[in-house]
Amino acid sequence: MKKMQYRELYCSSPRYWGGLAFLLFIILVGMGAAFFMEHNGHFVTGMSNQIVWGLPHVFAIFLIVAASGALNVASIGSVFGGPMYKPLGRFSGLLSIGLLAGGLVVLLLDLGRPDRLIVAMTTYNFKSIFAWNIILYTGFFTIVGLYLWAMMDRKFAQYKRPIGFAAFFWRLALTTGTGSIFGFLVAREAYDAAIMAPMFIIMSFSYGLAFFIITLMAAYWWADRTIGELRLAKLKNLLGVFVGAVLYFALVYHLTNLYVTQHHGVERFILLDGGIYTSLFWIGQVVIGGIIPLFLLYSPAFGHSRLALAVASLMVLVGGFFQVYVIVIGGQAFPMNLFPGKEVLESSFFDGVVAAYTPSLAEALLGIAGVAVAMTLVAIGARMLRVLPESLEDPAEGDCA
Amino acid sequence: MGSLTGFRRFARMALGGALLLLATGVVGDSAVTEGSKAAGLETCVAPTAEIRRNHMDYLKHDRDATVRKGIRDTRFSLAECVQCHAERDSAGTYKPVNAEGQFCESCHSYVAVNLTCFQCHSKTPEGANGNSSAGVGGGAGELRALGLLPSVDRSLSLSRDELARLHAATHTTSRGN
Amino acid sequence: MSHNSDQPDLRRRDFIGKTVLAAGAASIAPGVMLTMANAGSDEGVSSKVRWGMLIDTNKCADGCSACVAACNQENGIDLIERPAGQSDAMWDAQRPQWVRKVKLKDNLTGEITNLPMMCQHCEHPPCVDVCPTGASFKRADGLVLVDRHTCIGCRYCMMACPYKARSFIHQDVASQRTGTPRGKGCVESCTLCVQRLDAGDQTTACQDACNREGHQAILFGDLKNPDSEIARALKAYHSRQIRADLELNTGVRYTNI
Repeated sequence: MKKMQYRELYCSSPRYWGGLAFLLFIILVGMGAAFFMEHNGHFVTGMSNQIVWGLPHVFAIFLIVAASGALNVASIGSVFGGPMYKPLGRFSGLLSIGLLAGGLVVLLLDLGRPDRLIVAMTTYNFKSIFAWNIILYTGFFTIVGLYLWAMMDRKFAQYKRPIGFAAFFWRLALTTGTGSIFGFLVAREAYDAAIMAPMFIIMSFSYGLAFFIITLMAAYWWADRTIGELRLAKLKNLLGVFVGAVLYFALVYHLTNLYVTQHHGVERFILLDGGIYTSLFWIGQVVIGGIIPLFLLYSPAFGHSRLALAVASLMVLVGGFFQVYVIVIGGQAFPMNLFPGKEVLESSFFDGVVAAYTPSLAEALLGIAGVAVAMTLVAIGARMLRVLPESLEDPAEGDCA
Repeated sequence: MGSLTGFRRFARMALGGALLLLATGVVGDSAVTEGSKAAGLETCVAPTAEIRRNHMDYLKHDRDATVRKGIRDTRFSLAECVQCHAERDSAGTYKPVNAEGQFCESCHSYVAVNLTCFQCHSKTPEGANGNSSAGVGGGAGELRALGLLPSVDRSLSLSRDELARLHAATHTTSRGN
Repeated sequence: MSHNSDQPDLRRRDFIGKTVLAAGAASIAPGVMLTMANAGSDEGVSSKVRWGMLIDTNKCADGCSACVAACNQENGIDLIERPAGQSDAMWDAQRPQWVRKVKLKDNLTGEITNLPMMCQHCEHPPCVDVCPTGASFKRADGLVLVDRHTCIGCRYCMMACPYKARSFIHQDVASQRTGTPRGKGCVESCTLCVQRLDAGDQTTACQDACNREGHQAILFGDLKNPDSEIARALKAYHSRQIRADLELNTGVRYTNI
């Protein structure tokens, strides 16, 4: 078998540096937005005492979920021994670190007191799933960092498998933790469900792989390298399975909720008459994020079309973003039922009323900057480390299964 | 060589002495502002040097007791800092202790330490005519003594039990010095 | 340093030793004193007491908001200023409200109920469970409070609270009352007037205001003391917890809803 050569990402200067400058500009604008929010207080955002988590949290959760999923390719390569995926392992590790960092930056900068980061890192309430998440995130950086090292340094090659296993289980724990942030909220009808945790894992598989496919294709386009047909076909099939699974989990989630009379209100809200949230669910999550990508991935008409694969991945991401939006914002917008059987006539605190939320520009800029942080880290990492194979041409016949 | 050693030893001792002086703070001007209650007091709730050096730790220690356990009679309390150190203008209204030139701000800006207490805590004593602040407002010109050791014949504008409480705990610390 | 002799410079060692000793003493002393420093009288509040409230919704008058006004004044909530450029709708959605009046109509019978809603001071508060830093805590005497020194403003407690009892401070707070420190970027809620309780007072501002109005809808006291007025009232009349299904064992109870 031909030896795989990894090389740093060298590409013509304007293309690389221009792209990097663009990303840095977005980050700069996002930092300005964050400063604006922190300096004035959150009154400049659309968030309120009713919608307490807004657009920044949608971005953050989306990126964090995608981060653990992006590591999948590496796990398949070294844990489950898929030879076609093996050369992609390094890049998968780098991408997952980048996405997680991007998500955490957004989450941190949206805190009411981001200056107290040190408090968050030193004072723990171990009953809080959020506190566990902080540990899971920092641990993820460490383990995936070691994993990358083991994959890249021949001297440590024997540790590759055990660390790969550890990373795989850690990423499952991390997504379970992220899903549980919502699953443990007994107060809100849209969240109180154990299925949240496995659903987040499936979501992470799908978003992470979509991110992986897009960044991989972009990097190879940047560097003028080639990716073989067979390898892309593998990724494509895998993405199709994951997208289908996300749809299936969404179906099960809503079906179980529909069985519980108490939850009919919230289901009606999301599925039928919730205005923007209903549209986002059906058009955003189901059609854009599910049905169209499935068609693009499986229809013979687009058999070997790379454009179709790129578009499908992009739509999975857009649909995934809407899915997180519906979960996070839609779940909060639906009023909590404090007084069953009673209608709220008057309240100064919006009891019994669907809460309004209009995201402000600052929030959106901060969230987009998080994506830019992730992409910048990947771009710099790929340029400095040998994560991407020189060529991903399909192996010659008989080289690997 | 011997003389060099001697010189070095002398230099070290001088340096050590200087540090010691700094640490104990026997020298140094008072930052207490004119027109505050503190200007009429002999000493803070602990010796000045000690309070200068450790007030942040003391406050942090006692804040947990107050917030978490509801112990309100701790020896150190930020509310009392403000109570004592807030300066009144000629009209009798308090100036915020973190305003420019005021007690907390002047020192914190000198040492370039961010003063975050007053993002949440009140910067002025409660109620301009509150009981505990009685006696301070007797005209700004009356209180001339700025140092922490005003002339002995000055009568303190503190009630008897207030004084007793302020000084009750100081003997433990004076032993420590 | 004198390197010309193999013999150690004893005086130098002596000097160093003493210096280190002095430095050590100087750095340890504050710590030692710190442990002695807390002149606070005792162990603090005791779990033998549990503060609670009983609200008779029959007595709560339609259109009266005396409790809300009293709370705002007592805790300095009315000192917060509306930021320039904030719309009416956003000010309503973003300003802090520790207690709010709610008017309900029964879907079947059409019965109208008025009641004040605030932090219910649960025995098993979800906000305390989810707080990552432990800033949200329950005091021994049953008060659920926020330690603003460690609150990072993540608002997870607001997501977890079944009563929407908490408010996030969305803007700068120019002035506060001494007993109720509060500021931008932290979460806060009803404290059952902790500053009054710690001063030995046994009433809350809302209760006083309600009594002044002559409604006497709010009864406050120690739930664990069988002789207290509230404990006797709870024993005598049927009362209920809001969202009793969550089994949080709230400290605030309601009758006639």
